[in-house]
Amino acid sequence: MLDELRDLYQEVILDHGKNPRNFRRPDSFTKEAIGNNPMCGDALVIYLTLDGAGKITDVAFQGQGCAISVASASMMTEILTGRTAAEAENLFHVFHQLCTGEEPTADELSAVDEEALERLQMLSGVREFPMRVKCATLAWHTMDAAVKGEHEISTE
Amino acid sequence: MNASVPQMKAGSNSTLAFDVDRIRDDFPILKQQVYGKPLVYLDNGASAQKPRQVIDAMSDVYEKQYANIHRGVHYMSQHTTEAYEESRRKVQRFLGAASENEIVFTRSATEAINLVANSYGRTFLKAGDEIIVSHMEHHANIVPWQLLRDSIGIELKVAPILDDGSLDMAAYANLLGERTKIVAMTHISNALGTIVPIAEVIGMAHDAGAVVLVDGCQSVPHTAIDVRALDADFFVFAPHKVYGPTGIGVLYGKEDILNAMPPWQGGGDMIASVSFEKTTFQKAPLRFEAGTPSITEAIGLGAAVDYVTAIGMDAISAHEEGLLHYATERLSAIDGLRIIGTANDKAAIVSFVMDCAHPHDIGTIIDRAGVAVRTGHHCAEPVMKRFGLAATARASFGLYNTTAEVDALAEAIEGVKELFG
Repeated sequence: MLDELRDLYQEVILDHGKNPRNFRRPDSFTKEAIGNNPMCGDALVIYLTLDGAGKITDVAFQGQGCAISVASASMMTEILTGRTAAEAENLFHVFHQLCTGEEPTADELSAVDEEALERLQMLSGVREFPMRVKCATLAWHTMDAAVKGEHEISTE
Repeated sequence: MNASVPQMKAGSNSTLAFDVDRIRDDFPILKQQVYGKPLVYLDNGASAQKPRQVIDAMSDVYEKQYANIHRGVHYMSQHTTEAYEESRRKVQRFLGAASENEIVFTRSATEAINLVANSYGRTFLKAGDEIIVSHMEHHANIVPWQLLRDSIGIELKVAPILDDGSLDMAAYANLLGERTKIVAMTHISNALGTIVPIAEVIGMAHDAGAVVLVDGCQSVPHTAIDVRALDADFFVFAPHKVYGPTGIGVLYGKEDILNAMPPWQGGGDMIASVSFEKTTFQKAPLRFEAGTPSITEAIGLGAAVDYVTAIGMDAISAHEEGLLHYATERLSAIDGLRIIGTANDKAAIVSFVMDCAHPHDIGTIIDRAGVAVRTGHHCAEPVMKRFGLAATARASFGLYNTTAEVDALAEAIEGVKELFG
């Protein structure tokens, strides 16, 4: 098995792909958005619950997709819980850069704690697979849409 | 050649023995490596690779004999026009059409279907009329009819398919009626490989008084076509899937029907005379070829037709049937792999899913072994939904594929199981 494939499909990612966390539709939530990847047929719904202070108290998702898109969504739910919407947006920005092989600035990185960065970097193996970047970022684009009050996004 | 691939039978229309190694030598791209591995190209259903003969024919146009056609008295224009029209006659003979006037060059097969929907559909159909398509159509044979439906108020009926992916002929018969005006049906399903009994479909439609458009995109590369024997009213195909260039499509239409249809695009080349008061139009096919056409591509298509004709469509069919049987056998033996589309009558297209991995993950992993397959919904979402799937992986074979490449596919799939199993 090639190293690039092992980098992409790390144990943690395979685990999240097979056993996604927070894979549910909550009884109540504050915001939701649907994300579609029309070329793949992948579709996710992200459910966000925010408290009065703008902190994300719960993130959940449902849908179907490949191992990369499901693992990314699953890991995202864990990373974002307890953060503010502004922090979530910054994490998305950094993650997007990691996936496309760009370098986040020192300022952007300083706002990201080590644990979150480590988890984001696990998925950044997609930068070697340009056709799969959309799989890794679908959940994050959808979360971003939900935060901004948009109901549906398409990655095309 | 592997023994499980049938050799060309005596009495086939080919003059050459089917020698896959020699054929592979004609395709420069097959010598390429990807990720340091030999390219195993099994995405022919999406687009096929081009032989040297087609590449050279197209380079020759630009290097030796190029000008616009049907205009100008000069040497280059005259010779390019002759080459373009000779390609039309090659396609005519290839499809068994009665006249070269029945062959319209479009920009794509999709455009050919849109031409019929817009020109024939808007002229001869009215609100309340019905069009029948099958559940396994490519989006290109669904959406143009939906646009027509939404514009003029016709109804779109869907002929269902059975669990093995074959057309439900009884249900199709029940859909036919006096309101049926067009049956638009694929000859071979791009997603499943099912071969539709198209002659029977056409006969039943004609009995009901409907005209039939056959989507031959997947059949023309794999099997000999005789539009007169089929009695098709319209037949479209995509030259780039028959080892020819992109940028050109073919519409066959019966001459009397084409000449009863109005133009759908206006411009140069399609007119008889123009004044500001009144314009008169050419007869088919030029009536439907407004603007400068894909000249070089038409000539490349002629070379592709020459190429497959010299090998013989029957020999190509026999070779691909051997590959289909071998691939079906190899892939069926893999635990946790399920083939989607198991009709008795199939072309060399094998769609599959695996318990352990999503089709995109399969595609990415086997790509690193040099194996190119299509993953996704194959522009046929309704048939995917019919099987409760969002996507499959699809290996589609061409005349240059070998049983060793089937082995490479099967071994690459084992790599997927290694990672995900």
